Amino acid sequence: MRDKVAFAGIGTTRYGNFPETDSYGLGCEALNAALDDAGLKPSDIDGLIVNRIPTYERFAEMMGINPQYCLLTESPGRFSGVSLALAAQAIASGAAKVVALVYGNNGRSVRMTYGGGDSEWAPWGMTSPGATHAMMWRRHMHEFGTTHADLGPVAVAFRSHACLNPDAVMHGRPITLDDHANARPICEPLQLLDYCLVNDGAVAWIMTTAERAKDMKRPPVLLSGYARQDAFHYGSGPADDLWYPNLSACRSVYERAGIGRDDIQGLGIYDNFSPTVLFSLEAMGFCKQGEAGDFVRDGTLQLGKGRWPTNTSGGHLSDSYMQGWNIIAECVRQLRDDCGARQIPNLQAMQYICATNIAQSAILRRAS
Amino acid sequence: MSLATRLKPVVDNWNKLFWEACKRKKLKLQRCKTTGKCFFPPAPVSPFTGLPAWEWVDASGRGELWSFVVFHQSYFPGMKDELPYPVAMVKLEEGPYLLTNLDGMRAEDAKIGMPLQVRFPGGPEGFLLPQFGPAEL
Repeated sequence: MRDKVAFAGIGTTRYGNFPETDSYGLGCEALNAALDDAGLKPSDIDGLIVNRIPTYERFAEMMGINPQYCLLTESPGRFSGVSLALAAQAIASGAAKVVALVYGNNGRSVRMTYGGGDSEWAPWGMTSPGATHAMMWRRHMHEFGTTHADLGPVAVAFRSHACLNPDAVMHGRPITLDDHANARPICEPLQLLDYCLVNDGAVAWIMTTAERAKDMKRPPVLLSGYARQDAFHYGSGPADDLWYPNLSACRSVYERAGIGRDDIQGLGIYDNFSPTVLFSLEAMGFCKQGEAGDFVRDGTLQLGKGRWPTNTSGGHLSDSYMQGWNIIAECVRQLRDDCGARQIPNLQAMQYICATNIAQSAILRRAS
Repeated sequence: MSLATRLKPVVDNWNKLFWEACKRKKLKLQRCKTTGKCFFPPAPVSPFTGLPAWEWVDASGRGELWSFVVFHQSYFPGMKDELPYPVAMVKLEEGPYLLTNLDGMRAEDAKIGMPLQVRFPGGPEGFLLPQFGPAEL
């Protein structure tokens, strides 16, 4: 499937607190922006994937789309990458020609909490993705001698990027390593600045064949490779292997893309919580397991400073938690030189990495 | 007594016997008949074979602290008085992990790898919640 499918359009809304609309309204706004970006009309869409929008029928009805391929994907953020792969497979197999992928979330205005309620572990007070990551990070600290301070350079780098991005929620609010160290604890060992930002907002991508994308408004960005490995053997609790084996298996993305690590200039890493960035770098082989704290300490992830500018929009930690959808949108924008003050220079290829029980990586590149 | 205001477990056909045993202060696990390995949470089949060939066994109640967190955020009204409260991930001697709480010790004294022993100090009406404290030598 190498280089057969392309991103032809990207649309994002503002991120914030918008009680006057909802995930449908936000999704429509993002999709219209993406259609405009690609130079398409709703009637050009023959494939539709929606995420965090309650129903695909109502959304399709609203936008006047009657596709030949349509589905709603599961709500966890790992499904942004899964949706990307499904769209690529649908396009490559001919099931659809032009697929719109629309993510809409009004979690902030409806006071969505990622935790609480009945679950296997609720009687013991164990809940929320943050606690799962906190449990795994404590274990990482024990096994490898890492510390909470090792997460600081991740939070600081992404915040510095948000300060270059006028659309980021945390634009104009720089932080220091001390701020990171002194933030209030949420679920120890994690603190406030290790957590992503829940907001209202939406993101839409238009994907099509590389061939078709050539004739559209903007330069196409090719999906060069995608790899995924699931691991569901954790007794519905935190992963005792820190997702290292299943994410390591995704190193096959380089071979699939025909692009090596040295030919990649920037990264998009799923950062719902800061430890996932270090888990991702270790499992993908950027450094040895246990050494990611050292690896990022001197600004490795920071634009203009390090070799691997990562999450240049600010990521989930400092732009907004749009569950991977905005991270991937930023990779596309970077590859079209749309990023102004936060543009990665001399960019040819970007890599997306997501450390979860559905571990994934994708490599995107310029068409020429 | 804060354990009394915890959420009740969601009882289903597979974990019913586990919770009944807890009421008698016994920790029970399912053991795969083919591999001899134990698993948790309770399930209709062994995850090692995919087959319904398993039996209930008494667990030793011993394990070690694999990791732990301390909640400062309130998610459960019935646990508000306990904040900040620890949740411990305990690796049982038989293999499976339990997410549980520390009893008879403070989070500040928790050390990963320390031996722990199950105890049943209380729970919401009709249940005893397994908790873990320092193992008796």
